[in-house]
Amino acid sequence: MTKRVLVIEDEPNIVEAISFILSRDGWAVATHSDGETAVQAVLDAVPDALILDVMLPGRSGYDILHDLRAHDLTRRLPVLMLTARGQRTDREQAERLGVNRFMTKPFSNAEVVDTLNELVPG
Amino acid sequence: MLSFNTLVAVCLLYVIFLFLVAFGADRSAARNKSRFLNSPLIYTLSLSVYCTAWTFYGAVGYAARSGLEFVTIYLGPTLVMIGWWWFLRKLVRVGRAQRVTSIADLLSSRYGKSNFLGVIVTVIAVVGTTPYIALQLQSVTLAFSVFARDRSAGWNAPDLDATALWVAGGLALFTILFGTRNLDVNERHHGVVTAIAVEAVVKLVALLAVGVFVVWGVGGGPAGIADAIDEAMRNTPGEAWAITGGRWVGLTFLSAAAFLTLPRMFHVLVVENIGERQLAVASWAFPTYLFLMSLFVVPIAVVGLGTLPAGENPDLFVLTIPLHFDRDGLAMLSFLGGFSSATSMVIVASIALATMVSNHIIMPIWLSIRSEEASVSGDVRQVLLLARRLSIIGVLVLGYLYFQMSGGGTALAAIGMISFTGVAQVLPAMAGGLFWRGASRNGAAAGLILGFTVWAYTLFLPSFGEAGVMSATLLAEGPLGIAWLKPQALFGVTGLDPVVHAVFWSMILNSFAFVGVSLMSFPGPLERLQGAQFVNVLDQTRPAQGGSFPAAAAEDLLVMAQRTMGADAAQALFQTQASAQGKEGYLPDTTPDFIALLERELSGSVGAATAHAMIAQIMGGATVSVDDLMAVADETQQMLVYSSQLEEKQKELTTTARQLSTANDKLTQLSIQKDGFLSQISHELRTPMTSIRAFSEILRDGGAKDAEAAGRHASIIHDEAVRLTRLLDDLLDLSVLENGQVQLNPQREVLSKVLDRAVAATQSLIASQDLRIHRDQGREQVIITTDTDRLAQVFINLIANAAKYGDAKFKRLTIQVGERDGALRIDFVDNGSGIPTESQVMIFEKFSRLTDNAAAGGAGLGLAICREVMDRLGGSITYLPGQSGAAFRVTLPLEKIPHHVAN
Repeated sequence: MTKRVLVIEDEPNIVEAISFILSRDGWAVATHSDGETAVQAVLDAVPDALILDVMLPGRSGYDILHDLRAHDLTRRLPVLMLTARGQRTDREQAERLGVNRFMTKPFSNAEVVDTLNELVPG
Repeated sequence: MLSFNTLVAVCLLYVIFLFLVAFGADRSAARNKSRFLNSPLIYTLSLSVYCTAWTFYGAVGYAARSGLEFVTIYLGPTLVMIGWWWFLRKLVRVGRAQRVTSIADLLSSRYGKSNFLGVIVTVIAVVGTTPYIALQLQSVTLAFSVFARDRSAGWNAPDLDATALWVAGGLALFTILFGTRNLDVNERHHGVVTAIAVEAVVKLVALLAVGVFVVWGVGGGPAGIADAIDEAMRNTPGEAWAITGGRWVGLTFLSAAAFLTLPRMFHVLVVENIGERQLAVASWAFPTYLFLMSLFVVPIAVVGLGTLPAGENPDLFVLTIPLHFDRDGLAMLSFLGGFSSATSMVIVASIALATMVSNHIIMPIWLSIRSEEASVSGDVRQVLLLARRLSIIGVLVLGYLYFQMSGGGTALAAIGMISFTGVAQVLPAMAGGLFWRGASRNGAAAGLILGFTVWAYTLFLPSFGEAGVMSATLLAEGPLGIAWLKPQALFGVTGLDPVVHAVFWSMILNSFAFVGVSLMSFPGPLERLQGAQFVNVLDQTRPAQGGSFPAAAAEDLLVMAQRTMGADAAQALFQTQASAQGKEGYLPDTTPDFIALLERELSGSVGAATAHAMIAQIMGGATVSVDDLMAVADETQQMLVYSSQLEEKQKELTTTARQLSTANDKLTQLSIQKDGFLSQISHELRTPMTSIRAFSEILRDGGAKDAEAAGRHASIIHDEAVRLTRLLDDLLDLSVLENGQVQLNPQREVLSKVLDRAVAATQSLIASQDLRIHRDQGREQVIITTDTDRLAQVFINLIANAAKYGDAKFKRLTIQVGERDGALRIDFVDNGSGIPTESQVMIFEKFSRLTDNAAAGGAGLGLAICREVMDRLGGSITYLPGQSGAAFRVTLPLEKIPHHVAN
């Protein structure tokens, strides 16, 4: 069965890059670029994994993660957070909110793919 | 042979002579011919009231009984006089500056004009001096009895008491006549002092005459006397001539203390003093007098012991030796010497005591009874004179009664020592008051009362003998059998002579109580004021003037108020009050209302008590002079100035602290901004780099199969690299602008051309966003002189923003040029939805891109750069609220004469 990942990211070039490398690895990729409607998008899509940017228009990735963890459907959803603000406090906040993996931009394509495969084995 | 009548006649003649001397002196003083009277010689001789009948008769007896110990009686005063610079000078200066009338007045004045202390000292003085006066009466009576005994000259024993009574009465008359003739402000009595000086000469001449007679007439010259002294020393038990250190020190200290504190000594030393020159001369002249007085004491004693029959009273050797050798004339002279000693002491002592009793006991009682009429001055003066006279009679009556009670049994020297010890109790409070500002009224009272009690318990009461006040059992075993309370062996200290024992304990306990209570109590304002006046008396450049000062002058009050409140405040207050009273100028009438108001104002500066005292002194006219008050007021003023300086400093410090706090806040803000800025930069740099890295890796790993995608990937890398470069350029540009390092190239150019260049530069963006620009070329023909490249950069930014962020369906930008207040205004208004009010304030901040639309291509630095550029060009860029869309106004200062270029 094809593993499905939802990418929430507002930077079009980055969305295109992530979509490309994950599709190439066999993932079904869906994308969303707005913060405010992100939670609903996740609930609608019910992906196997989520890639979440922190700085999004409308709502921050942290808020979105917080809501997702409060929801039964997405309590255990594997989440990989990507941020361009590579400060220690950011990682700590993400981990407090229950993120599964946390990576700073720029990232290594292989690492993103490997991490997702690790989070969603098989 | 001297008959009784002769004796009485000579006495009377002598007394009449003294009356004449005193009368003459008073007359010449009244005629201001008092130069001789004020001479140091008279002053020195008047000090000889120290040498009473006790010294005249008793010193010989003392020497006959105890050898050289009598010298201590002279040694103490000698030391005090030689060291006058350290103590007496200050005492005399204070006495004159404060117009002190007695030793009780001195302590009362020093300790805040406390009448309570005055009463204590008066009581001590009366109790201590009464035996002394009795002693003088006794000596005169004894002297009469000597003449009566040997010569059956027509008088018998009962007459002896009558003699004492007559003598007392005569002395009272003389003292009243010359001691209370007038109420002099400074209590000086020229007549009395001159008479005493004459008496001083008489007693010195008499004693020297007897001495010369004894040495050369009886003893066979100095050599013979020396042999006689040697023999006397061999014949008497060794103890009598032995000199014991402790007793010597104790007695010398005692005589020195008594010299300063005896009421009569204080009177002649301080009250009658008219200048320090007198003191300087007396400092060597009086010790010389004492030396001459003591020169023949030992020879007379030795010869008396050797030649007179055993059992003769050694106290009367001075009389009995001449009589023994039938030298009636010499005996008469000697008698007059003793008579002089006794009378001068009684006269001065009773004047001094009467002053104290009337001032500190009678007058306060009288004033409290008749407080309403007290302000009538003539009335007070008459009452005071009457009080003085009654006091003199009272003092002499007391002395006579004591003489009757004690029966004349005790040796003369012993009575003298008891008196000395009693009055010496005043010394700690007196010395402390002169040298220690911390000395307080309560301390002085505690020391005086305790010392006086100990003296009475250990020396005075036991002196009445075992049949007197204290029983033999009490003396031997102590009260209720408590051994350590034995009057003559306090705290188990035994083996001391009773006098030394009493001096030791009374002075120790007195001093401890004085110092201890002073340290624990806090002096009141008037006490502090007086304390400063006393302790610092030598620092005051201007000696206080005698006489009274003008009463209740508004000017005095103004001067004082100025020194207390400051000149401006005081003058304002006085002027307001004066005009309220309908007067011109600065000086209002001293109405009760005004006084009350002034007192309230002053208490703001110096506290209520001091303000009250200050006003009371000026208005009431008491012993503190206006000058003294001014000194305090100056001190207060200095403190006010000092404290206002402190306040100033405090304000400065507060301001500095606030500035520092503000600066710190700014720095903290800057630090936060810097963190935020770095975080932003990190984000802005990482975002394009993420795309570049991701697509680079894709290319490295083989790239997209689809050629079109591969091409797009490559162009993304390119675009993002360009974006990065632009970001870095903007950052550098902003940094240069912010640091003020930017180089401006001013050029003269027509505005329309600058706008043309900006539009041309954004042409591709305008075309892609389909933006229409409306301009009024006619109004753009303004020549400007500025860095037009930088100005174009601002225009480009604004046009690009309109193209990128304008959200109207058909984007339109209107550029309007106007002129106002010598400034050129270029408005850029688009037809979009504009910028929300809450965001308008922050759009010029760095990284304040309102949308996160990265496609717009900016890093959010554009408007920040625009603002910096316009700052550098001397103009500004602002957001124009209330327009249809987003609206920016660029303002540029115009040159004075704007040049319009014709179309």
